[in-house]
Amino acid sequence: MTQCFLEGNEAIARGAVAAGCRFFAGYPITPATSIYQQMLQLLPPSGGVCMQGEDEIASIGFCLGASMAGLKAMTATSGPGISLYSEQISFAIGGEIPLVVVDVQRLGPSTGSATKGADGDIQFLRWGNSGGMPVIVLAPVDVRDCYLLTMQAFNLAERYRCPVFIASNKEIGMIRENIDLDDLIGPALEDRKLCPADHPGSPFTPLPGENVPLFLPLGGERLSRQTSSTHGEDGYITTDPAVIEAGILRMQEKLLSAVGDFTFYEYDGAANDSILLLVYGVTSRAAKTAVRELRQSGSKVALLILKTLYPVPEECIRRHLQGKTKVVVIEMNLGQYVREIERLAGDTPVSFYGRMNGELINPKIIVEKVRS
Amino acid sequence: MTSLLNRQRPPVFCPGCAHEVVVRGLDQTLQTLELSGNQVAIVSDIGCSGLFDTFFNTHAFHGLHGRALTYATGIKMARPELKVIVIMGDGGLGIGGAHVLSSCRRNLDITLLILNNFNYGMTGGQCSATTPTTGQTSSGFLNELEAPLDICRVAVAAGAPYVDRTMATGKALVDSLVQAIRYPGFSLIDIWGLCPGRYSKRNRISLAQMEEEIHNRGLAGGPVAVNEREEYSAHYHRLARSAPAASMPMVAAKICDAPIGARSDVLLLGSAGQFINTVGEILCLAGMSGGLHVSQKNDYPITVLRGHSIAEVVLDREPIDYTGIGSPAVVLCVAAEGVARRKKMFSTLPEEALVVKDSKLSLPETRAKVIDIDFSEMKIRASEQALAALAVVAREGILLNYEMLAAGLSLRYKGKMFEEALAVAERICGR
Ligand code: SF4
Repeated sequence: MTQCFLEGNEAIARGAVAAGCRFFAGYPITPATSIYQQMLQLLPPSGGVCMQGEDEIASIGFCLGASMAGLKAMTATSGPGISLYSEQISFAIGGEIPLVVVDVQRLGPSTGSATKGADGDIQFLRWGNSGGMPVIVLAPVDVRDCYLLTMQAFNLAERYRCPVFIASNKEIGMIRENIDLDDLIGPALEDRKLCPADHPGSPFTPLPGENVPLFLPLGGERLSRQTSSTHGEDGYITTDPAVIEAGILRMQEKLLSAVGDFTFYEYDGAANDSILLLVYGVTSRAAKTAVRELRQSGSKVALLILKTLYPVPEECIRRHLQGKTKVVVIEMNLGQYVREIERLAGDTPVSFYGRMNGELINPKIIVEKVRS
Repeated sequence: MTSLLNRQRPPVFCPGCAHEVVVRGLDQTLQTLELSGNQVAIVSDIGCSGLFDTFFNTHAFHGLHGRALTYATGIKMARPELKVIVIMGDGGLGIGGAHVLSSCRRNLDITLLILNNFNYGMTGGQCSATTPTTGQTSSGFLNELEAPLDICRVAVAAGAPYVDRTMATGKALVDSLVQAIRYPGFSLIDIWGLCPGRYSKRNRISLAQMEEEIHNRGLAGGPVAVNEREEYSAHYHRLARSAPAASMPMVAAKICDAPIGARSDVLLLGSAGQFINTVGEILCLAGMSGGLHVSQKNDYPITVLRGHSIAEVVLDREPIDYTGIGSPAVVLCVAAEGVARRKKMFSTLPEEALVVKDSKLSLPETRAKVIDIDFSEMKIRASEQALAALAVVAREGILLNYEMLAAGLSLRYKGKMFEEALAVAERICGR
């Protein structure tokens, strides 16, 4: 037991470095600033690069360049910055550029409330790219998750060559709590698969039977190409519908077919539970307290905490819906992820409670909503 | 050296387009510099000039409109040995203006070629940031309203250490490019040329006129003495090498058993300058010393030097789930600003709750037990009052004991600050 006192944002920064992050660029924005501040402590003394861009567009642009040159990169912001990232995020998807993007969500819309929490960007992260391609979104619950899921995010970005979002929340990022350092056992580190010397060496060609292209670093021995335009495997613009479609479907498949390999969740339930309480993010913490209280009064309630939000882990959700007569979804927004649950729940009634007033949803409200 | 032109992909510009001349000029430049393809990264923008990267057998990066410099910055920081050349038009210059200014200020060793043809060619000849007010464009009269940008003057003002202007078609092009790329810092060349497809169709403009205009502007192209300084990447790494090693997270070992039964929520209500956040942290570290789970969040206005400052702390024997403050077990009140923010809470406090407050403060009605301390009588400064109030809680043996408080202080403070803080705690606790 080595108990230390750590902030959620600091845990993200430390998790990033533990995952091999060598490049960070960001623009100050509450409540994400302390990630940047922390990276500025961690990276320069160890030979890494930490930069402050002139704006969010530049910050994520630096990361795209550094990542294509071969470095593991991360940026961090909040809702207003994600808006500015949007075009570059589309590029990271289409150009298959590994990148970790942290969104420490604050209350919107717009500049909203800088120091109030919310989970209002969940669908925005999913759909905020032109073209509507799938993305990976992971949602931490507490400081420990901030560390471990950030490590996972780097692995996924490397493995699938894509941007990976951490959907944090002011209420996770700016809370400090005790965590057991000995408990922070991260996954084995992964690196993007480099193009072997005996491979033809075109920048967007996967190995046969695989759907993630081999990586040719910009600045490496062999020439590499990157482009935000619709391209073939050679990285040149194409207008051939068959080539375009093959590329688009491959990019969709590489994530949708693999989500079972990175479905992070916690389930607490018994075989005869009839109610499924489904939550994610900081609301999970109130839900745990609520579930204890509900069970004391005889309620047959099971709790599913999703930590992989996108691609929607449909198999996992369906499995836990089995045998339930009711589903309750609670979110710190006006009803975003509940849409995914509704389409998976079939005949099982789904009830929803959400709120956007800058306050945490407390266990008492959850107890009431599950009982009603 | 051999040409780096991509024979499979010859230029596809309109006949007479200045861009094509620059493609050939750049190829000659790279040959003169004896660079092989894998020593060069061409980063291109959007528009007709955005096709540039496809004509060369070099590393290539083609991205979003106006953002080419952002990618180039990341590439160069990751691979300082690469020659990074950015190509953008006057359109990219306009939309990416912030990045141009910042690159001038930053002085990273990148060369920016602005292929300036005074309009947006690819989208149909709309006005750009450099269109003269007298020009005819497909933007109607709009370009008459806005002054054209002289990017060289702007770049010099923004701190660029190397600025040049030249004609795409002139003999000087290759030499200008060679000098700029050789320059060990940020270099910018404003390259003027014709866009027969759009601009010169509508505007009678000759190469001779353009050349005369460049001459009239009187820019002595090359290094800008007042702006010359250490290159960004070298400078970054020089300073980074001497940056202090990052500190490890604060570790607090259990030294005793905390005097609490159930979860206890604590509110610290004060104002800016009273070290409310720090005292909250000390309480958490003290709690950890007593083997507890702890959480803390703070609430203060955007401007930090005035107004309320509040810390919310939860202490529990079990891992903490919900981190919101329900009904606090202990409330420390050391300033009216903090009390005002949470005034509704006082009427909900149960009898078992404890409020420790400055005797000068008046509180809303409450059933909780209230301990008044006359800070001014005791000569305890405003900056020490939150700590003193916490020491009162330790004295009462609620939440924490003196041993835990002293452990929290020793984790948070060192040297003289520790001694001063400990003296306050000792006084209150009668040690
Ligand atoms: S439109 Fe103008 S800039 Fe574009 S290729 Fe034609 S002449 Fe060149």
